[in-house]
Amino acid sequence: MINMSQVAIEKDNYFSAYRLFAKTREGKDPAWLTHLRERAGQSFESLDFPTTRDEEWKYTNVAPILKVPYRQVFDLETDGLTAESLAPMTIAESRQSQLVFINGLFSSELSDLSALPDGIIAANLLSTSTEQAELVRRHLAVYADYHREVFTALNTAHLGDGAFVYIPDGKVVEAPIHLLFVSTTEEPLTSHPRVLIVAGKGSVATIIESYLSPGEAVYFTNAVTEVFAAQDSVITHYRLQEESEHAFHIATTQVYQERESNYSSYAISLGGEITRHNLNVMLSDERTETTIDGLYVGTGKQHVDNHTVIDHQKPYCNSHQLYKGILDGKARAVFNGKIFVREGALLTDARQMNKNLLLSGQATVDTKPQLEIFTDDVKCSHGATVGQLEDEELFYLASRGIPAERARALLTYGFAEDVISKIKLKSAREQLDRMVLDKLHQSLEVN
Amino acid sequence: MLEIRNLHASIDGKEILKGLNLTVKAGEIHAIMGPNGSGKSTLAKVLVGHRHYQVTQGEVLYEGRNLLELEPDERAREGVFLAFQYPIEIPGVSNANFLRMAYNEKAKQEGRDELDPLEFDDLLREKMKIVEMDSSFINRAVNEGFSGGEKKRNEILQMAVLEPKLAVLDETDSGLDIDALRIVANGVSKLATRDNAIILVTHYQRLLNYIEPDFVHVLYKGRIVKSGDKELALELEQKGYDWIKAA
Repeated sequence: MINMSQVAIEKDNYFSAYRLFAKTREGKDPAWLTHLRERAGQSFESLDFPTTRDEEWKYTNVAPILKVPYRQVFDLETDGLTAESLAPMTIAESRQSQLVFINGLFSSELSDLSALPDGIIAANLLSTSTEQAELVRRHLAVYADYHREVFTALNTAHLGDGAFVYIPDGKVVEAPIHLLFVSTTEEPLTSHPRVLIVAGKGSVATIIESYLSPGEAVYFTNAVTEVFAAQDSVITHYRLQEESEHAFHIATTQVYQERESNYSSYAISLGGEITRHNLNVMLSDERTETTIDGLYVGTGKQHVDNHTVIDHQKPYCNSHQLYKGILDGKARAVFNGKIFVREGALLTDARQMNKNLLLSGQATVDTKPQLEIFTDDVKCSHGATVGQLEDEELFYLASRGIPAERARALLTYGFAEDVISKIKLKSAREQLDRMVLDKLHQSLEVN
Repeated sequence: MLEIRNLHASIDGKEILKGLNLTVKAGEIHAIMGPNGSGKSTLAKVLVGHRHYQVTQGEVLYEGRNLLELEPDERAREGVFLAFQYPIEIPGVSNANFLRMAYNEKAKQEGRDELDPLEFDDLLREKMKIVEMDSSFINRAVNEGFSGGEKKRNEILQMAVLEPKLAVLDETDSGLDIDALRIVANGVSKLATRDNAIILVTHYQRLLNYIEPDFVHVLYKGRIVKSGDKELALELEQKGYDWIKAA
C-alpha cells in the first residue's frame, strides 16, 4: 500500500517534470494550447493517482509504476534506430503511410506519407499549418476527460509531439495509416503519446496504432488517443501494444461517434509488465455500429488490465464486443466491460463477451461484465468464461498422432483465432500470428 | 497384426471387459456386434488409449508390440486409428491445419517428407473425393456446425489422409441416413487393403450390407461369446440379441 507522503512525493516529481516541460515550450505554441496545458496541469495537481481502494483500479496497483525515477526527453534521440532496424516493426501495407515516433518524439526522417492522397492529413500534432491548427483546436482534448482522469490530465499537461490524422468529408483512404510509437530507451523514461483522429462525414479509413520496443528496458508510456467519427464515417482501428516486458503502459482511447457512423476497434495487448487500456466509446446519436474486439496474452508475471465502456446514449445503435485472453505462467488479467443504455435508447442491441483461457494453474483473471440499462425494449447480453484447454479436444488431437505440446499450441492458437482472423491486413495478421505464437513459446506452421 | 488376450478393463471402478480375446490379421475386416452395454465402445476406447478406462488384466499386442504401454499419440503414429462415435467440435482450428499437422507428424515418424500447406491442399482434395466432401469443408473449423453425417464422413476423411494400419470404427453407422451410410461405407471399402485391418464396432447389421466382413463376433457382457462369418450377422438381424443372451 502506498502511504500518503509517498504519493505526495511521486506526484511532486511528476508535477516538476510538467513544469520543466512547459518551460521548454515557452513562446513556441499558440495561446489556446498553452492554456489547455495549464488547465490540465491544474487538474493534475488537484487529482490523486489511483490506489487499489478505488473501484476502477481495484485489481491494478500503480505503485510500482510511480516509484521509478523517470527521465524526460525533449529532443529526438534516435538511439540508432534506422529505416532498416525499424522495418520489422512496420506493416507492409502502410510503409508509405506511416508516422513514426521515437520515445514519444516525432521522427520526420522515419515517417513516410507518400501513399496518402491529397487532402488527407497525417502529421505531427503541433505542425504549424493554420488549417490544421484550427481542426486540432476544435477536437483536441474535447473527448478524453482531463478534468477527472489523472493520467489523461498528466498526458494533456504534456501535450507536445503526437499524431494527428484528418480524413475530410467523403474521402476514402485505401492505404492504412500506421502510427508507430517506438521506445528505444535503455534507461527509465516516460513519454506521453497523443493521438487525435478526426474522420469527416462519410469518410472511410483504417488506422493502426502500435506501441513497440526492440528492447527490454523499464519505461512508462502514458498514452491518450481521441477518435471523432462524424456522421456516416467508417473507421477501422487496430491497436497493437507490444511494449518491453518491463515497461508500464497506461492508455485511454476515447471515441465519439456521430449518427450512422461505424467504428471497429481491434486491440491486441501482448507486452508490458503492468498495462491498462481504457477504451471508452460514446454513441452520441442514432443508428451507429460499434465493434470492439480485443486479444490479450499474458505470460510470466505480466499484469494486463482492460476496462471498456460503451455508452448507448440514443436509440437504434448496435454494439458488439468480444475480448479474449490467454494467460500462462503467473500472469494476471483484469477485464471490466461496462455497457450503459441510457433512458430513451430504445431498440439498442448490445452484445458483450469475455472469454479467458488459462494455460497454467497459477494464471488468474478477474472479469466483470457490467450492464446498466435505463430503458425498455432493448436486447443486451453479456457473458464471461474462464477455462482451460479441453481434455476431450486434446485427446482427439492425440488420437490423430499430434503430440501433447503441439496439440496445446494448436488449440491455444484456435482460441485466439476468431479475434486475429478479423484483422483484414494480411501482413499485420501474419505478424500478429507470429508474435502470439512466439510469445507462447510455440512454433507452429499455420496458414 | 492385433492380438488381444484376456483383456479386462473398467471405468470408474466398474468392470466392462471381462476377459476379451480377439485376433486380427492384416487384410481382414472384423465386425464386433452386441447389445448396448456389452463393452463395444469400451473396447474401441481402450485400444486408442482413452484415460478414463483402466486395463486391469490381459494384454494387447499390436504388430508384436505391447500397445498398452504407448501413449495415445504414439499409438496413432504407429498406425492405430479410431473413428469416434461422437466426434467433438474444435472451434478455431481449421480442418486443413489439423489434418496437415496430423499427416506431417506421421510422415516425420516414418521418415517421409512433410508437406507444406499448398502440397497438402492437393492431397486433401484428392482424399475428399473418397467421402464425397466438397472443398468448403477445408477451411471450416473441425466438425463445427457439421451434421451427424458430415462428422462421420470427416472421421473417414481423416482415415483416408492418415492411412492407418488398424482402423477401429466405433458405431460409425449410428445416426446416419441411407445416403450418408452409403457414402461412409463406400469410403471405408475403398480404404480397405491387404495390408491394413478394420474393426467395425456396430449395433446394427445394415452397415455390413455395404462392407462385407471376414469375421463377425458377438460381444456380450464384456466377452466375445460367439464368432462366425457374415451369416452370423444376418442371424442376429433376424433373431435379435436375446438368442445369444439365452445361450
